[in-house]
Amino acid sequence: MKATSNEQALLRGLASNDSAVIEQLYKENFSTIQAFILANNGSYDDARDVFQEAMIALYEKAQSGSFVLTCQIKTYVYSVCRRLWLKKLQQQGRFSHPVDNLEETISVEEDLEQHAKHDAAYDIMDRALKSLGEPCKSLLEGYYLQKMDMQALASEFGYTNADNAKNQKYKCLMRLKKLFFAQYNIGE
Amino acid sequence: MEDLILLETIEKYLGNQMDAQEKTAFELVRKNTPEIDQMVVEHAMFLQQMDQYSAVKSIKQTLTQTHQNLLERGEISNSQNISSAAQVVQLFHKYKRVAAIAASVGGVIALFISGLALFISPVSHSNQIQQLSNDIAAIKKSQQYQGKLINEVKSKLPAGVKFISGGSGFLIDGKGFIVTNAHVIKGTGAIVVDNNGNEYVAQIALIDQEKDLAILKIDDADFTSKKSLPYSIRKSTTDLGEEIFTLGYPRNEIVYGTGYLSARSGYEGDSLSYQLQMSANPGNSGAPVFDNAGEVIGVLSTREAQLEGVVFALKSNNIYKVVSDYNASNEGSKDIKISTRSNISRMSRKKQIATLESCVYYVKSFDK
Repeated sequence: MKATSNEQALLRGLASNDSAVIEQLYKENFSTIQAFILANNGSYDDARDVFQEAMIALYEKAQSGSFVLTCQIKTYVYSVCRRLWLKKLQQQGRFSHPVDNLEETISVEEDLEQHAKHDAAYDIMDRALKSLGEPCKSLLEGYYLQKMDMQALASEFGYTNADNAKNQKYKCLMRLKKLFFAQYNIGE
Repeated sequence: MEDLILLETIEKYLGNQMDAQEKTAFELVRKNTPEIDQMVVEHAMFLQQMDQYSAVKSIKQTLTQTHQNLLERGEISNSQNISSAAQVVQLFHKYKRVAAIAASVGGVIALFISGLALFISPVSHSNQIQQLSNDIAAIKKSQQYQGKLINEVKSKLPAGVKFISGGSGFLIDGKGFIVTNAHVIKGTGAIVVDNNGNEYVAQIALIDQEKDLAILKIDDADFTSKKSLPYSIRKSTTDLGEEIFTLGYPRNEIVYGTGYLSARSGYEGDSLSYQLQMSANPGNSGAPVFDNAGEVIGVLSTREAQLEGVVFALKSNNIYKVVSDYNASNEGSKDIKISTRSNISRMSRKKQIATLESCVYYVKSFDK
């Protein structure tokens, strides 16, 4: 089944982090996933974590311009969640034969490999930022994530001028890059 | 300090914030200085990772926020219980069309199956298998022929006798011993008819109702005994899938049929019999079942009444048992000797049949 234009619009909304769209996707899909996970030795918390991870995987796909969904969003989300959860069960040695509703599934192996790489990079960056400590972390987040300019950052963090802030930011950035690239292997 | 300026320049370059002149100048520097080029690539990659990190981080925040909102509004549940009412209602709405279609298809199938079951189910257990002997009632349909037959037979029989049952039989000893089913011999005596229409009077030498086998002895001056029979009778059992053929008298003329051995036991696990896949009709009872080599492996006896082509044959080793019973009770000199060598094994099927035909008889039992 091809994704309808409505579904493509939902994907675009997801890619641009539109909270109304995300709420709609959440409402339409979460309880199916919850039912699946509860039926397969999981808890409510597991359902939430797995569902959100699947949404992130879908978000990553939606972001890349070349992405064309070859099935309905609900089928994709269900397939990803199913795979993620069964993998988790397997890792915990609790694997049992999956109990399914009447949902159809598609193969999502490749997408999940891609997602796992992204997820690993995310974790490395997250750890690196956290181990920087303050004020480095906030300064870099302010500049690179919230895209604040140097003048605003200087006044926010109490530097006497933008040049001092810039100098501090440079030192922080060098440390962050060192921490990040120590773990992030380009080849992989 | 120089490094700081360099990095700032790189960021400016990667962020597309340079004017054309600056950009050309920087690209030239980049081209001529591998270290700077390397730094640009590395930093571009790092910035991309930062952007990705930033994007996923904000999506995560949105997801967490959305989850919280929906939970507060009660639009999703944090229940651990799978079959909460909301879930069931939701599934109902989701699948009601499918369920409706499935239910109506199911209804039609149920009706169809019950109709079918009514149609094919047996009226009673006793009807499930059918003996393949010919009752005289069936023959009455061809009254003219029947009349002619009785006239012919009259010469050989005492007056005032009635045919009761009929079937097929075959020689097990050239001296004139014939094996058939016990249920073929419902009367007190029998005559046998060979493939050329010659009739011989036969005595009932032995009836074993339990094994459903009977031995007849041709007692007729017109009969010339055969020195040896062209076929043997198998003592051991036969394998599944063995191709088989039979010759019998479902009509007044000899009829050939083929099939294969489909099970090692007969009706409801009867270990005295095989199950065969072939077509058989009333009158085939008592007919020999041959394998490809022309060895007798069984005696055709019953079929499943409601299933076309499911036929049962008594295993040939039962013949040895009734023969030894007969030989034990018969103190005379004429013991039955069963031939254990088949000399038609390499013949073509047509030649085998031509040889075997004269050893298969139409058996008719009469009563006074």
